[in-house]
Amino acid sequence: MSELALPQIDRTTVSKKSLIVSRLKKFTNDENVLSENEEIKPYETDGLAAYKQTPLAVVLPENTKEVSEILKFCNEENIKVIPRGAGTGLSGGALPLQDAILLGLGKFNKILEIDFENKCVVTQPGVTNLGITHAVQHKGYYYAPDPSSQLACSIGGNVAENSGGVHSLKYGTTTNNILGVEMVMMDGTITRIGGKTLDQEGYDLLGLVCGSEGLLGVITEVTVKILRKPQSVRAALIGFPTVEDGGNCVSDIISSGIVPAGMEMMDKALIDATDKFSKAGYPKNAEVLMIVELDGTKSEVDGLLNKVSEIAKQNNSNSMKLSNNEKERLAFWSGRKAAFPACGAMAPDYYCMDGSIPRGKLSLILKEINQLSKKYNLAVANAFHAGDGNLHPLIMFDGSDKEQLRKTEEFGAEILKACVKHGGALTGEHGVGIEKRELMCEAFNNDDIQQQLNIKKSLDEKNLLNPGKVYPILRKCAEEGRVHVHRGEEKFPDLPRF
Amino acid sequence: MSIEEKKNSQIYLDSETLSPSTEKEVSEIVREIYSKKLPIEITGTGTKKVFGYNLQTAKKLSLSQLSGIIDYQKEELYIKVKAGTPIEDIEKILEENNQELAFEPIDFGYMINGQTNKGTIGGYVACNFAGSRRFKVGSVRDHILGFKGVNGKGDVIKSGGTVVKNVTGYDLSKLISGSFGTLVVLTEITLKVSPKKQSQITVIVYSDEIKKISNLFDKILSSSNEVSAATFIPEEPTNKNYEHTKNKIFKFNNLDQEGSFLAFRIEGDKKSIDERLKELKIELDLSHFKSSILDVHQSVPFWKKVNNLELFSGTKNNILRAVMPPAKCEIFTKFLNKNYKYYIDWCGSLFWIEVLDKDDDKINKIKNFILENSGYLTILKKSENFDFQDTLFTIDSTRLMISKKIKDSFDPKKIFNPGRMYRGI
Repeated sequence: MSELALPQIDRTTVSKKSLIVSRLKKFTNDENVLSENEEIKPYETDGLAAYKQTPLAVVLPENTKEVSEILKFCNEENIKVIPRGAGTGLSGGALPLQDAILLGLGKFNKILEIDFENKCVVTQPGVTNLGITHAVQHKGYYYAPDPSSQLACSIGGNVAENSGGVHSLKYGTTTNNILGVEMVMMDGTITRIGGKTLDQEGYDLLGLVCGSEGLLGVITEVTVKILRKPQSVRAALIGFPTVEDGGNCVSDIISSGIVPAGMEMMDKALIDATDKFSKAGYPKNAEVLMIVELDGTKSEVDGLLNKVSEIAKQNNSNSMKLSNNEKERLAFWSGRKAAFPACGAMAPDYYCMDGSIPRGKLSLILKEINQLSKKYNLAVANAFHAGDGNLHPLIMFDGSDKEQLRKTEEFGAEILKACVKHGGALTGEHGVGIEKRELMCEAFNNDDIQQQLNIKKSLDEKNLLNPGKVYPILRKCAEEGRVHVHRGEEKFPDLPRF
Repeated sequence: MSIEEKKNSQIYLDSETLSPSTEKEVSEIVREIYSKKLPIEITGTGTKKVFGYNLQTAKKLSLSQLSGIIDYQKEELYIKVKAGTPIEDIEKILEENNQELAFEPIDFGYMINGQTNKGTIGGYVACNFAGSRRFKVGSVRDHILGFKGVNGKGDVIKSGGTVVKNVTGYDLSKLISGSFGTLVVLTEITLKVSPKKQSQITVIVYSDEIKKISNLFDKILSSSNEVSAATFIPEEPTNKNYEHTKNKIFKFNNLDQEGSFLAFRIEGDKKSIDERLKELKIELDLSHFKSSILDVHQSVPFWKKVNNLELFSGTKNNILRAVMPPAKCEIFTKFLNKNYKYYIDWCGSLFWIEVLDKDDDKINKIKNFILENSGYLTILKKSENFDFQDTLFTIDSTRLMISKKIKDSFDPKKIFNPGRMYRGI
């Protein structure tokens, strides 16, 4: 495991483990409280597998009342709580702490109401993203946000991270596709935010909670919007001889007024890797490859696809295929969807980064990443949600070599700093978690971070809900209420209040 | 005059309205009023002044001097502006580049005094009232990529940025949208902009039957033919005299004046419009209705009138804004019908209602009906000389408690627009 500062362990809590476990059993069935090592081992990490921590205990409540009672108890007893959905998050947002209870929402796995009249689904948070679409597709509906982990990731986790996906270019991310939540605050208060109406009055608490990475409350119910499936979907698979040509084509498509449903890009390294892995038949002579997907009515899609191919030609495309049926369209995607496993086949480990940049800077950032790849002597392959400037460089390394892991993390951090430098963001859709926590000062100054910490403190006064995530802790509080960030100056932090 | 000199000058201290022209000046003013615990009313050009409770502050902070476009990147689909920038200025530059604000800013000027006045972008974001396209493209808050502002202690804070995908830290852009200036003084706003659609038409479907109207709304919402606006404009109650009636406001060559009608808009290129119109005619079973079509030259001004509440132009009466789950459209319409002048936007979800009586009971009856049916109500404008006793905004006690905590985290001394939305906030 890599070195990472975590909140100071509260030894008193650890010493009271058996007492805490027996108290937890009063709030829910005995079998829902796990405390033996072999029982809690599966929960020691999430999708950011480089980091592992064993929690004090795992509790799997079955209803909102139980969640409320557990949180109230933990708040009174000063016990930290780490909420967890499906554990697929890539930024370590659900990484346990040794002195914390891990609160798993796995038993909240039912869809509560399918309301076609109001075009929404009311669901428990443990239901998978794809599970919602499966429940409504027989009537031609679907849930739009589609993170690549949609088969496994939970909707509650999606809310916590404000997950996006390939189609967020046209349909937005989670925050644009939910109508309401039921949430339990750290002190046990149960609140309902939003419902089946558009917008809500007063402060947009739904907007605040969505993407708050489990720091402000535990989501126990979600109401999501469902959309009618588009009538026609077609895709273009376009190769370019240079990165600049591909980048310019992305900008030109967007500025021409076309909003594709998705616009993905892969670099040469990834084209080669995926082609070997999935035999997608991608062009060999392309430096970058783009998949542009359009949806709408048939003639509209046909017309737009023609426009896209015209723009691509003007930008020197050297190969182009347009899908004529579903089979062809899915074949275009097969390589892109195999990107991660393909990288997994090329190296013992890969590290998936997630930054955002203005679309116009795509080729610039690709060049910088390639230079960094040489500097660190680590191979990298790049997948981009090009339409919204969200990049996922995949750095390949050998995790058994500590030095390589350290270099990989440094490489990744440099990529994200470059994103911020070019006017982008540290994270487009994976969240800050523990992974990018210390980089927050690249994007925000002390006053910005302090304001966010003030919100956190106002809703979780003792900082017990998912502490050590999102906000930098390698810092020292000179006085109450002010943050002074001294990144990397102290190896172990004293946990200040925030 | 530097800010220090201004502060020391008698004119500055005495002036009722402070009009900073830079973010730094805003910050220094707020630091000053924070130390003196002096509440202020934040205004742009004052167009939304009638919304919420009247404020009794000694001073006003006007953002009208904090105006101008900072950065417009057409290809990146964003525009960064100072908070006091008039919406018209933003729309003008976007129009020149064939782009627009997809949330269709409402011109509340008509309702307030019968004249166009869209106000500033800061004021608009503070209200989060999206126009007719809401059900298709999201609300104002969905189009705010980032902002800068000054919190209640005078600290300049920011959130978000200029890119669409950004989950770095809490999404405060959402939180400040609709906060009625009670959390921060906005100084800079980055808005997502959208390509303008090539053309549009509006289909008018004539019917007075509420069940049929509600059914049409449902079919439109269920359609994949991307209808971008849908409204129902009923006949006014006959027993009362209204200055602005449906027939006076909606005068178009291809719009029949008789009876109530539903209208929906199709946007796109001509070919796509034709194709979708053909399909919608079948989906909505339009052969069973009397219908007509407004071409682009009629359709554009038609939706401006709908969006800008021209039916309530210069009204002296109470204006209520209610949002309901779409499936409740029918029962709520039945509740209102023949008793009130109203119309429905957002494809059956948004109701604008005029209440003539200065009567708490009458308004509370409407409010209770809405709350019982899972909607919410804002009393947007009160009749002159009417002191409605109940709350103007809808909120439950738990959310109010959370809102108070959030308010405290931004503005601990409660100096920004105190009591504008809720007592104690």
